[in-house]
Amino acid sequence: MELTQFEDVFEGKLAKNEMVEPKDWMPDNYRKHLIRQISQHAHSEIVGMLPEGNWITRAPSLRAKVVLLAKVQDEGGHGLYLYTAAETLGVSRDELLNNLHTGKAKYSSIFNYPTLTWADIGAVGWLVDGAAIMNQVMLQRTSYGPYARAMVRICKEESFHQRQGFEIMTHLSFGTADQKAMAQDALNRWWYPTMMMFGPPDAESPNSENAMKWRIKRETNDQLRQKFVNQTVPQVEYLGLTVPDANLKWNEAKKGYDYSEPNWAEFKQVISGNGPCNKERLAARNKAHDEGAWVREAAQAFAKKRKEVYEAA
Amino acid sequence: MTTQEALFNYTLRLGDTNLILAQRLSEWTGHGPFLEEDLALTNIALDITGAAKSLLEYAATIENKGRSADDLAYFRNDRQFFNAQITEQPNGDYAKTIARQAIMDCFDYYFFTELAKSKDETLAGIAQKSIKEVTYHLRHTSSWLERFGDGTEESHNKAQTAINQLWQYTGELFEMNEVDEILLKEGIAVDLNLVKAKWEKHMADLLAKCTLTQPENVFMQTGSRKGIHTEHLAFILAEMQALPRMYPDAKW
Repeated sequence: MELTQFEDVFEGKLAKNEMVEPKDWMPDNYRKHLIRQISQHAHSEIVGMLPEGNWITRAPSLRAKVVLLAKVQDEGGHGLYLYTAAETLGVSRDELLNNLHTGKAKYSSIFNYPTLTWADIGAVGWLVDGAAIMNQVMLQRTSYGPYARAMVRICKEESFHQRQGFEIMTHLSFGTADQKAMAQDALNRWWYPTMMMFGPPDAESPNSENAMKWRIKRETNDQLRQKFVNQTVPQVEYLGLTVPDANLKWNEAKKGYDYSEPNWAEFKQVISGNGPCNKERLAARNKAHDEGAWVREAAQAFAKKRKEVYEAA
Repeated sequence: MTTQEALFNYTLRLGDTNLILAQRLSEWTGHGPFLEEDLALTNIALDITGAAKSLLEYAATIENKGRSADDLAYFRNDRQFFNAQITEQPNGDYAKTIARQAIMDCFDYYFFTELAKSKDETLAGIAQKSIKEVTYHLRHTSSWLERFGDGTEESHNKAQTAINQLWQYTGELFEMNEVDEILLKEGIAVDLNLVKAKWEKHMADLLAKCTLTQPENVFMQTGSRKGIHTEHLAFILAEMQALPRMYPDAKW
């Protein structure tokens, strides 16, 4: 087949809403875009284990401890499916991790913010996982099969996480005055960083055009952000908390809320490595990886010895 | 000491041992040597925290003074904790964590196997559930100890150092006091001499398979049956209990 025929098959699959599978021909820029997106997503899951893992040993009830452990374990599991999905595109996990550890690869910037109180664990589950679901729901029907299938499971678990986060917020908001203040403080600190998770305004979003064509994305950053605000404001009201935005107002004409844009200058700084925890997160990942080197080497040496014994027998 | 008091103390001993071990294990979450192992260790921590929760809930029921499992976990001081000292030892490197866990998994395997026959139905039920989990934990940690023992020179040395450091805390696991005597008569408690014989045999075989040397003539530390601990426990509790103690009226 000529290259153009391969392209026709590929375009045909996209047009018919069919899945592209690992052995199918695909354009280089499609492969590259997917590797970048899936690995960033995988990195986000494992870096995201750090701010939440931060509170496991301090979870204030046995039930909260069990739930948080399970949740952080789920995030690690998501990382695993996603690295595996990325590997089907011909890249190794070692290479991807190396890109993360050297700072070459990005991960979701939200995890460069600190979890300062227990309420932050609620806010991360409720807002951050809520925003993630909004971004990810459409990926269940994305064009690349392994990614789409991984996302089906991930979305199910994320919606459980969001409920878990909201449950923490409910306990706090309907608890003592101190607890409610803790909840409000967490909302104040996480609202704008969460809004940033949908990415820069559409006019400035460089990766969106192909992503829409390839069904890697289905709604624009601004559309998703609007949807998130519309969904979240009633939840804030239910909790009796206040969105930290004096300009927040229902707009009947657009059937949605008007809201203030997050501070995009801050967003750029955090993405460029200057957020409150960028260096700590990367240092923690590197420390775990480096200190784990002898463990991985021991496992390989042992496997090699066993293989030799087996082959000699 | 009444049977009820003995049963309360016995259940606390089991609950605390699981709680503190899980607390230590969960320090690894997100920091494991590679992703699969991070997940596996977190899973073990999750199982053990679950067992601790069931045991402390039962302890609260036995005590019957209006305290909950959370009250027992979060509002007792280190001198009122009865976990085995080995569980509070710092994680150290991965070999130390694995060695500590293999020692405890092996103990729990034989202990819960016996406890499953207890006349106390609640304890027997918790033990039956735990055996299934511990069987998997023991397989996992034993296979890692073997990889370390018979892997590289570095991993062998780390594993041997870990075993050498931890061995002094293994004697305590089999100590019996008045509590055990009272409950043994009732057919509730486990005869730890029986568990000890099985544990020793299993560990000797395991260490040999791992090409590791079992320490000899080790002076055994003691204290946890009386609520006496190493310096580490108070720090663990300071971290674990901070939030409920800061807001004693709060519900989480």
